[in-house]
Order: sequence, then C-alpha cells, then structure tokens
Amino acid sequence: MHKEDIKKIIGKGISCSYLEVMGDDGAHFETIVVSDEFAGINRVARHQLVYKALGDLMKEKIHALSMKLYDVNEWKNIKGDSSK
Amino acid sequence: MSTQDKIKTMIQENKVMLFMKGDRKFPQCGFSGMACQILDHIEASYTTNNVLEDNNIREGIKEFSNWPTIPQLYINGEFVGGADIMREMFESGELKKLIDQIG
Repeated sequence: MHKEDIKKIIGKGISCSYLEVMGDDGAHFETIVVSDEFAGINRVARHQLVYKALGDLMKEKIHALSMKLYDVNEWKNIKGDSSK
Repeated sequence: MSTQDKIKTMIQENKVMLFMKGDRKFPQCGFSGMACQILDHIEASYTTNNVLEDNNIREGIKEFSNWPTIPQLYINGEFVGGADIMREMFESGELKKLIDQIG
C-alpha cells in the first residue's frame, strides 16, 4: 500500500480542502484531512467518515492510520490566518 | 449470550472500559500501550479486555461501534474513541474532565 493510493481513496470519498498522507513502510500511515464535511460533527463521526471512505482497506492492508481531522475553520486557526 | 450482548454487558458494568491488544502490563501494540499510558497518567480507574484472547470480541467490538481499529475506549457505556481521539482529548484536558466527572 502506497500513501498516494490512500490519498486518492480518501480524496474520492471525502471532499477535502487539504489532504496529506504520510508513511513509507506500506502499513502505518498518518493523515491530515481538512473538510467542510467535518463541520458540526464530533470526533468519532469524523473518523467514521474517513474509515467509510477506506472501506475494507482498514481490515487488511492498512495496519494503522493516525488521523488529524479538521473542518475549514479549525484548520485556519491552526495554520494562522496568513492574510493578516 | 451473544458477542454483542457480552460487549454491552462489559461496557455497562465498567464505567471506564478499554478494549485493547494485550493488557496494561504487557500491551501488544503501540497504540494500545499509549491508551493505557494516558489513562494511567490521568489516574483513571479502568478495566481492560484483551481482544487477542477472543476473536469474537476482537471482530465484534468493531461491529459494535462501527469502528475498525483497536484500542477502543468506552466511558459510561458510550464509545469515546480510539487512540487518536484519546490523545487529542488528553492533550486538551477533556479526557481528565470526563473521568473526574464519573468519580
């Protein structure tokens, strides 16, 4: 499993305004996903959206996926507003 | 008793219930180990279930919460999250607050 494949699959399932997948050992990955679909839903529901996008991959090919999931406003606060 | 009923009973009878790989002394996975470290650090009193000892629980818990990974933390019968969420809630202080509330 390559991180670019995971990126494609998450991108297909969720409309992301920012998406990054890290990890080079083929089984352990980390991802940052920023999406408006996360606005107003709790952490568990956000993770479930990503798990749903990945489907059966979580059962077999991906041993571990750490996630940081933000809606657009939260992400702005984290990155700081560069327009100021 | 069905597996789903067994799981329900465990999370109802134990206010802080962690499903993990291994046990708190010998966790069998880094994420499960981290989950225990967090709970130890905030001095939570918790019960663990080693999913590696029963494949029905290991698969059943994933179905129960619609969540494909272990560890899984339940507080007061409710699914709180896995390792990432535990870490976020630990760092923000929410997890300690939640644990302190149940006394």
